[in-house]
Amino acid sequence: MSRNTSRPLSPHLTIWKWGPHMLVSILHRVTGSGLSVVGGIALAWWLVAAASGEEAYGKFTGFLTEGWGMWAGLVVGIGLTWALFQHTFSGLRHLAMDIGAGFELQTNKFWAQMTIVGSVLATALLWFYILEVK
Amino acid sequence: MRSKTALGHVRGLGSARTGAHHWWLERLTSVSTLVLFVWFFVSILRLPDMGYETVTTWLRSPLNAVPMLLFILSTFWHIKLGMQVVWEDYVHESTKVFAITLTNFLVIGVGALAFFSVLKIAFGAEAQ
Repeated sequence: MSRNTSRPLSPHLTIWKWGPHMLVSILHRVTGSGLSVVGGIALAWWLVAAASGEEAYGKFTGFLTEGWGMWAGLVVGIGLTWALFQHTFSGLRHLAMDIGAGFELQTNKFWAQMTIVGSVLATALLWFYILEVK
Repeated sequence: MRSKTALGHVRGLGSARTGAHHWWLERLTSVSTLVLFVWFFVSILRLPDMGYETVTTWLRSPLNAVPMLLFILSTFWHIKLGMQVVWEDYVHESTKVFAITLTNFLVIGVGALAFFSVLKIAFGAEAQ
């Protein structure tokens, strides 16, 4: 589709006052894209390593449990799980909105905020469980 | 012909009848991915460790291999649909076609690697 550049564009992102719903909306896309790339590769890497024999799998787990690989793994792991919880919660919010629920201003704002509170809490609880309990 | 607007070209031709298909499939795969992901997540957390023996023995059971294969299918399908929408909104014209095509190739490639790996483990001989 070609656009006549001499015509004005409708008001865009930059002129609106930011609210939680806008943040959650774009976070849904950012986390979705991040999960697609990093999560997709991580899942395939793990499975390919497991299918390639004990030695190959040992290299994979060795990389993630020693030295800088452990720190990289921890940062990516925490990032991935947060992205996952955020995408899941904002995805559930989208499913509710798809059936026409939750559009009232206060309700909409509340659940937008709750997806962020929920994702941060769930991530913290999960990593507490992995690092302290397990 | 040139004087017609883009809308004028398509008006009266009727709907393509596939307008909502992509949208609907994205919702369907979101639900199936969510259900399968909860299963995957709980299963992984319940494993005593993430060692080679534990993981491959776990994946050798049909009751784990099949949900895992469905999880991979559902997830990578959802990735394909979702990434397409993102490209469509932010890149345009021929770049868009290129980006979506490349994404589809990569999604199928990485997804196939994951899928085949599960099959290989599941069909593999028992550890001695």
